[in-house]
Amino acid sequence: MTKEQSVQLMTDKMAKFVAYIGMKLPDDVIAKLSELREKETSELARTIYDTMFKNQEQAVALNRPSCQDTGVLQFWVKCGVNFPLMGELEALLKEAVVKATFAAPLRHNSVETFDEYNTKRNVGKGTPTVFWDIVPDDDHCEIYSYMAGGGCTLPGKAMVLMPGAGYEGVTQFVMDQMTSYGLNACPPLLVGVGVATSVETAALLSKKALMRPLGSHNPNERAAQMEKLLEDGINAIGLGPQGMSGNYSVMGVHIENTARHPSTIGVAVNVGCWSHRRGHVIFDKDLNATVTTHSGVQL
Amino acid sequence: MVEIRNGKKVLITPVTAEDLADIRIGDIVWLDGDLMTCRDVAHRRLVEGGRELPYDIRGKAIFHAGPIVRPIEGQEDAYEMVSVGPTTSMRMEKFEYEFTKETGVRVIVGKGGMGPNTERACKEFGAIHCVFPAGCAVVAATEVERIAEHHWDELGMPETLWCCKVKEFGPLIVSIDAQGRNMFEENKVTFNQKKDAATAEICKHVSFIK
Repeated sequence: MTKEQSVQLMTDKMAKFVAYIGMKLPDDVIAKLSELREKETSELARTIYDTMFKNQEQAVALNRPSCQDTGVLQFWVKCGVNFPLMGELEALLKEAVVKATFAAPLRHNSVETFDEYNTKRNVGKGTPTVFWDIVPDDDHCEIYSYMAGGGCTLPGKAMVLMPGAGYEGVTQFVMDQMTSYGLNACPPLLVGVGVATSVETAALLSKKALMRPLGSHNPNERAAQMEKLLEDGINAIGLGPQGMSGNYSVMGVHIENTARHPSTIGVAVNVGCWSHRRGHVIFDKDLNATVTTHSGVQL
Repeated sequence: MVEIRNGKKVLITPVTAEDLADIRIGDIVWLDGDLMTCRDVAHRRLVEGGRELPYDIRGKAIFHAGPIVRPIEGQEDAYEMVSVGPTTSMRMEKFEYEFTKETGVRVIVGKGGMGPNTERACKEFGAIHCVFPAGCAVVAATEVERIAEHHWDELGMPETLWCCKVKEFGPLIVSIDAQGRNMFEENKVTFNQKKDAATAEICKHVSFIK
């Protein structure tokens, strides 16, 4: 295969994958929503869950994006330095989004800032966003694809606390965001929290936390404990499906962390909506693709 | 007009203030007739720009939504609704009193709560705000029979005014009724009380800085 053919092949596979994650939710999200659905008791909550599940079935039956807001595409790339298309990745991911946009179809969600016009191609300056992790001595490429919709992007917030605020301050920051903005962001939510040193480090982690599989825990025992405390606490608010009240509020709370400056605690929160459209695929050096998030899909 | 059909309360456009009089927050209703997508820029054009809507929505419904549509092959200027779910209604809150006053819209459909401007509009002019379950865009699209007209196309696909004919469009959960009661605001009081209690409980266990 020539380099050009390789680029074309990977572009096609990624375009197919992007369209697919817009249509069908990952296995872990479907399982969690099924579990939460059974635990709701009010007629209103049950009616909403019934509509949500009917929607997911119809999306697959009609081969359409399940939600009209197919987001701004974000890719978290974990790339081995020996992966043959490392240098071509950013350009080919952009091309894959354009392809998927017309094939799926996806909504045109890229508005150029300041000039304020919709590019009508769903890509623009810096969109899709590509975040990089470089892996030494490796020839694989892992890609998390995520559709960041407007509704669940709005609650995003980051700030730097004084250490005196402590983890109590982190708790307050996260909890306040749930009742002010979270309830409009299509609960049950997946809540990502970044605890680090500054706004940008915390913010990146809070989004990265949303890529983790549901049910996973932070490897640090205290951080994992705080995930559970926040999950139980936010559930106790009783936002219910769509924030219209119910017995549960979240699919989970994920915390990602780094060390911090002794004088600061950077904290950020990002949420994913119930229609949490993220997919994970691993390419080997021959471009064989393995999807880990969605059973039964071949690229 | 209101019709009870197979146990469903169906509002049929044109809807009158009397049709909405006994509907309360938390009720579930459905819609037949005219529904136009209408979001940020259209509200701004009307309220701040003083421009008239190119489509009469008196007694009809609007949908805070930016859909995915596609051209119907073999037909000229005809579009199919592919996916249309509600967007965050709160973005339109600052415009909605004036908007309702100017247009005479009766049913506002969107996602999440709205605020005092919309409450006042619903109460004064006899209108309701309803929530369509968000993220359920395929269900909504299949309840659109056809797109009859479209205007302000220069705004791009999400912001274009897509004028739809709908059949049993719903479920629509009433979040602000024509009495001006607001389900989200009433829920928020409870949510905030529960949040304060939960926060206090968590804080007992996270004193990691010692």
